Amino acid sequence: MLENAYLIPLLPALSFVFILLFGKRFKGGDAVHWIGIGVVGVVWVLSLVLGAQWIDRSEDALSGGGSSYEESLVVVVGSSGTGAGVLLGTEAGEGAPAPIAEPVISQITWFQSGGVEHSVGTYVDGLAALLLVVVSTVSLLVHIYSTEYVRGDVRYVHYYAFLSLFTASMLFFVLSSSILQMIVGWELVGLCSFALIGHWWEDSANSSAALKAFLTNRVGDIGLLVGMIILFFGAGTFDIFQINDMVARGEISHLVLLMASLSLIAAVMSKSGQFPLHTWLPDAMAGPTPVSALIHAATMVVAGVYMIARLYPVFYEGFAINTSSINLLSFIGGFTALMAAGLAFFQWDIKKVLAYSTVSQLGYMVMALGVGAWTAAVFHLFTHALFKACLFLGAGSVSHASHHTFDMRKMGGLKKHMPVTFWTFAIASLALAGIFPLAGFWSKDEILIGAWTGQQSGYPLMLFFGAAVAALTAAYMTRVIYYTFFGEYRGHGTPHESPKAITVPLVILAGGAVLGGLANLPSPAADAIGLGGIAHRIETYAEPVNFLAPLGLTVAAPSLAMALIGLGLALSGIGVTYLYFWKGMGPQGLSERNKYARAGRTFFENKYYLDYLYNDIIVASIKWPIAKATYWFNQNVIDKVVDSVGEGARDGGQFVYRYIDQAVVDGTVNATGTAANASGESLRVIQSGKVQDYGALLFGAVGVLAIIFVIVI
Amino acid sequence: MLVNQFLLLSAFLFCTGVYGVLARRNAVMVLMSIELMLNAVNINLLTFGVLHGTVSGQVFALFIIAVAAAEVAVGLAIVLLIYRNRSNIDVDDLDLMKG
Amino acid sequence: MQATGFDAWAVSLVVFLPLLGALVMLAVPSKEEETHKLIALVSSLGALAAGIYILVQFDYDNTSELQFLVDKSWIDVINSRFIVGVDGLSLPMLILSLVVVPLCIVYSWQHIPEPGNPKAFLMLILVLATGMNGTFVSHDLILFFVFFEIVLLPMYFMIGVWGGPERKYASLKFFLFTLFGSALMILSFLALFFVAEDPSGTALNTFDMRALSQWAGAGLSLTTAVVIFGGMFMGFGIKVPMFPFHTWLPDAHTQAPTVGSVILAAVLLKLGTYGFIRIALPILPRAAEQWAPWIGLLAVIGIIYGALGCLAQTDMKRLIAFSSVAHMGYVMLGISTLTTLGINAAVFGMVAHGLITGILFFVAGSVKERYHTLEIARLGGLLKAAPRMGWILGFATMASLGLPGLAGFWGEFPAILAAYQPAPALSEELFRVYMVIAALGTVLAAGYLLWLYQRTAFGEPTEEFADLEIADVNQYEWLAWTPFLLAILAFGVYPNLIFSLTDDTVGNIVSAFGG
Repeated sequence: MLENAYLIPLLPALSFVFILLFGKRFKGGDAVHWIGIGVVGVVWVLSLVLGAQWIDRSEDALSGGGSSYEESLVVVVGSSGTGAGVLLGTEAGEGAPAPIAEPVISQITWFQSGGVEHSVGTYVDGLAALLLVVVSTVSLLVHIYSTEYVRGDVRYVHYYAFLSLFTASMLFFVLSSSILQMIVGWELVGLCSFALIGHWWEDSANSSAALKAFLTNRVGDIGLLVGMIILFFGAGTFDIFQINDMVARGEISHLVLLMASLSLIAAVMSKSGQFPLHTWLPDAMAGPTPVSALIHAATMVVAGVYMIARLYPVFYEGFAINTSSINLLSFIGGFTALMAAGLAFFQWDIKKVLAYSTVSQLGYMVMALGVGAWTAAVFHLFTHALFKACLFLGAGSVSHASHHTFDMRKMGGLKKHMPVTFWTFAIASLALAGIFPLAGFWSKDEILIGAWTGQQSGYPLMLFFGAAVAALTAAYMTRVIYYTFFGEYRGHGTPHESPKAITVPLVILAGGAVLGGLANLPSPAADAIGLGGIAHRIETYAEPVNFLAPLGLTVAAPSLAMALIGLGLALSGIGVTYLYFWKGMGPQGLSERNKYARAGRTFFENKYYLDYLYNDIIVASIKWPIAKATYWFNQNVIDKVVDSVGEGARDGGQFVYRYIDQAVVDGTVNATGTAANASGESLRVIQSGKVQDYGALLFGAVGVLAIIFVIVI
Repeated sequence: MLVNQFLLLSAFLFCTGVYGVLARRNAVMVLMSIELMLNAVNINLLTFGVLHGTVSGQVFALFIIAVAAAEVAVGLAIVLLIYRNRSNIDVDDLDLMKG
Repeated sequence: MQATGFDAWAVSLVVFLPLLGALVMLAVPSKEEETHKLIALVSSLGALAAGIYILVQFDYDNTSELQFLVDKSWIDVINSRFIVGVDGLSLPMLILSLVVVPLCIVYSWQHIPEPGNPKAFLMLILVLATGMNGTFVSHDLILFFVFFEIVLLPMYFMIGVWGGPERKYASLKFFLFTLFGSALMILSFLALFFVAEDPSGTALNTFDMRALSQWAGAGLSLTTAVVIFGGMFMGFGIKVPMFPFHTWLPDAHTQAPTVGSVILAAVLLKLGTYGFIRIALPILPRAAEQWAPWIGLLAVIGIIYGALGCLAQTDMKRLIAFSSVAHMGYVMLGISTLTTLGINAAVFGMVAHGLITGILFFVAGSVKERYHTLEIARLGGLLKAAPRMGWILGFATMASLGLPGLAGFWGEFPAILAAYQPAPALSEELFRVYMVIAALGTVLAAGYLLWLYQRTAFGEPTEEFADLEIADVNQYEWLAWTPFLLAILAFGVYPNLIFSLTDDTVGNIVSAFGG
C-alpha cells in the first residue's frame, strides 16, 4: 500500500464520477449512498492497511533493520522522560540513537518546462498515514450518518457525489508529494466546501455563505500562491521532500523562508479560520450538518495546520521558532484561540458555538506549531477531529429531533428524550474541555507543556492564551449542554431519539473521544497503566525528525504539574458555569439591569466570595466588554472591510467601465470613425452622378496640371 | 513645314469638342462633340507624322477613325435605348450614379 | 527535411480541405440545406482526420523540429515561399482549431441564427477554418499574413449579417481595428525583408521565418529593432486583444452569433499570442527584451481592468467577453516574462482559454436561445430550470476561475509563477510586483464568475420565467460540448499533454534570452 497509495484518492474520485453520471438510475437515487459508503469503506480499510505498514516500516527502522538511509538524516530521537526537554540532533547525547523511516515517495511526471520535470505523486509518512486514517474514518461515519440525516433531500445524489469528491480531494491533498499538488488539493477541497455549503442554493442566504467562504479562501490563496512560488524559486523544485531536506541542510536563505512563511500564513488564516480571516467559518454552517462535521470541523479546516506541519522546517526556520521569540504563527494561533472562545459564549445557534469552538481549537493547533510543539499540534488535530465530529453530528441529531432548528432557545430538556445523543455529546464535550482521561486532555496538555517549555525558553504569553482558552472552552461547552439537554423542552412537538444510522456513528466517535489519547500517551502515564510500549506513538511514527533535528527542535517532556494545572482550569471553567446555570448563582439576567451597580452591591452581600470573583470579574468581563467588543469588531470592522472591499471593487468597476472604458478609450476609437465619416460627407457634394460634371472636373484638373507642367518645365 | 496652323486648328476643334461635351444637354450633340475631339487628335497625329516623316501617324489616325465609327455605333445604340426608356435624351437626367 | 509521400500533403490537406468544401457548396443550390450541412461537416471532419494523422505520425522526440515540412516556390518576385510545417508549438493550436470547427458546425445543425441561410453561414465557417489552420502552420511571413487576413472577412460577415441588434457597428469596429493593426504588422514584415542580412553583410531578402529566426536581429540597431517590433506588437496586440486595444472585443462578442463568439474566443484571439511567440520573440529577441516590461504592464492592467469590467456588467455574454481580456492578460504576462515556464504557460493558457471561454459562449448562446435575454438580473435558477446546463455552466465557471484540476489553472498559475523570476535582462522587482497584482486578479476572477453563477444558476427562477418550460441540453449540444468538457478535464488533470509538446520549441525560442 505504501507505494500504491494513489489508489486511496483515486477510488473516491471514480465514485464521484460514477455517482454523478449514473446515480439517478439507482431507484430514484436512494440506493446511491451504498456506492459512496462502499468506496469510502474500502478506502478506510486501505488507509488502515497503509497505517499498519507504515508502523511496520517505522519499527523496522527503529530496530535498525530498515532500508537504506541517508547518512546525514540518521538522527537521534530523545526518548527520555525526564528533564525539561531533550535536544534532538547530533549534539544530543542521551537516549538511544534510532534511525527514522524515510517517507515512501512514488511519483510520475506531471508536466515539464525547460526540460525540468515536475512530478505528481504520493508522499507517505507517519503524518500522511495518520491523516488518511482520520479523514477516511470521519468520512465513512459521515457517509453512514447522512443516509438518515439527508434522506429524501432534493439533491441526494449530488450530496453523495460531492462527499465522494471531497474525500478524494482531501486524501489527494494529504498525500501530496509536491507543493503544487498541495495547491491543487487545497483548492479542490475549497470547491467541495463551496458546493456543500451552498447545497440548498434555493435560499440566497446559503449561496451567499458559500460565496463568502470561497472568496475569503481565495483571498488567503493569494498568500498560498505567492508563498509557494517563493518556495519554488528558493528551492528550485516543487518537491516537498527536497524542500524540507534543503531547509534542514540550511541551503535556503532565511529571508526566503521568512517571506514564504509570511505568505503561506495568509493561506492558513483563510483555510483554517484564523484571525482575521475566520469570519467565513461560522457562516459556513449554512451547509448540511454532516458536512459541517466532516469539512468544517474534522478535515478540511485542518488543511492549513496540516500544511504547516508538512512544511514545518520552512516555518521553523522562517519564523526562527528555535530562538523562542514571539512569532507570528504562535501569536495568531493564540489570539485566535482566545478571541473565538470568547465569541462562543454569545451564540444561540448550537452549530455556531461549535464553529467558534473549531476556530478556537484550530488556533490552538497553530499556536502549538508556533511554539515548536509539532507532535502536540498533530496529536491535537487527531483528537479534535474525533470529538468535534462527534459534537457536530450530535448537534445534527439534536436538530433532527427538534424540528430542524439549531436555536438552543428552542431546545432544552433533551437529556431524557435522547439519552444516546446526550451521553455521546457530553463525552465529546468533556474531551473538548480537556478532562482527564479523555482524548482532549492529553493533546491539550501537550500543547500547554510545549508553550511552557518552548524551544530555548518558554512562551509565557502563549501559555497564558492556552490556559485561558482551556478554561473558556470548558465553560462554553457547559453552557451548550445546559441549554440543550437540561431544563424544560422549549420547542414544538415531542423530541425523540434519532435512529441507528445516526446514533452508531455518534457512539463510535465518542469512543474515539475517550480512547484517542492512547495515540500519544506520555510515557509516565503509559508506564503507570503498564503500557509503556505504546507511549509517544505519534511522536515516534509521525514526527519528521530527520528534517527537524538538524534545525534543533526541542521536544518538551511530560509534566505532571502542567497536566494538573490544565485539568484544574478546565474543571474550574465547568464549575463556574455549573454554578451560574444550574444553581442560578451569580448575577442572573445582569444584562437587563445596571450591571455595575448590581455587581458592586452584591459583591459584599454574597458569601460566595470566590464565585463572585469568577462571575463578576472573569466571566462578566469576558462576557461583556471583551467578547462583545470582539464580536462587534468581528461584525463591524472585519466583516465591514470585507464587504466594503467588495462594494468598492464593484463601484470601481462601474466607474472605470463608464467613464474610462466607454468614454475615453472607446471614445477615441469612435472619434476616428467620426472624422473619416465627416470628411466623406463633405466630399460627397461633388459626387453629382452626372458624367458631364465629372468630365468638367477631369478637364479642369488636366488644365491645372498642364499649367503646372508648363510653368515647371 | 509650318505645323503651327495645323496644331492651332486641332486645338480649336478640340476645345470646341470639349465645350460641346460639357455644355450640351442633348446626348446626340455630346456624341458629335466627342467626334470633333477625336478628329482634332487625328489632325495632330497626321501633322506630327508628316513632320517626322513616318507613317505611324497616319496608321494611328486610320485606327482612330475605325474606333470612332464603332464608338458612334455603340453610343447611338445606347442613346436610342435611353430614348426608348425615358422618352428624352437629356444627359442631366442620367444621374443614377449620384453618391 | 522536406516531408515525402502522403506526409507532404497532410498539412496542405488540413488547410485547404475546408476551402474545398466551401467551393463545393458554392455549386450546390442554397435550398438544399441538409446537403450543405453535410458537406461542411464532412470537409471539416476530413481536415480533422488529416490533423489526427499528423498527431499520430508526429515524432514526439523531436518536438522542436519542423515536421511535415513543405517548402515550395510561391511568389518568386518577392522571394516569398510556400512553407508549411508543424512543430510542438503549432500542433496544439492547430488541433484546437481543427476540433473547434466541426463542433461548431454540429452545434449549428439546429442553431442557424437569424436570418438563416445555412449555405452562406457554413461557407464562412469553412473559409474561417482555412485561415486559422493556415496561420498556425505557415512559416513564411507573407503566407502567414495572407492567412491571418483571410480570417477577418468571414468573421466580419458573420457578425455583420447574423449578429445582434448592433451588429453593423460591432462588425465594422472589429474589422477596422484589426485591419489597422495588420497594416502596421505588414510594414514590419517588409522592414524585416529589407534589413535582415547574413553575417557577411549580404541582404537576406527573405520572408522565411526559419531564416529570420536564425538571424535573430543580429547587427540590427536596437532602435530599429524596437520600432519594427512595435509594428508587430500593434498587429498581434490588437488581435489578442491587449489593454488598451481591447474595446472591439466586447462589442464583437456581444453581437456575434454564438458560433462566431466561440470561434472568435477559442481560436481567433490566439492568432495574436501565437504570432508573438512564433514571430516577434524569436526574430527580434533584443527588442522583445525592451518591450517586455511594457507588455507585462499592459498585461497586468488588462487582468485587473478586465476583472473590474466584468464586475460592472449586466449582460452575461458581455461579462464573458470582458473575462477574455483578463485571461489573455495572463497569457501575455507569461509571454512577457520571456522564460520557458512563462511561455509554456502562455501556450497552455491559450488552449485552456479557448476551450473554457468557448464552452462559456456556447452555454450563453443556448441560454439566450431559451430565455431570449442574457441580462443577469432577469435570469436565475438555471440549475432548477435546466439542471444539466446549470452544471455545465458551473463546470465552465470553475474552470474559468482557475480551479486546479481543470485546464484554466495551468495557464494561470505557471504564468504568475514565471513572473517571480523573469528572463535575466528584465527587472526582477518589477515583475514581482506584476506577480502580486496578477495573483490579486485571481480573487477578482473568482468574484465575478461566482457572482455570475450565483445570479444565473442558484436560487429560484425569476417570476418572469417561472412558468416557462426551459428545455435542457439537447443532443446536438451534448455532441458539440462534450469534447470541450472532456478536454478541459483531461488537460487539467494531466497538463503534461501540452507542456511536453511545447517545451522544446519554447526552449529554443527562450535560449535567445538566456533563460
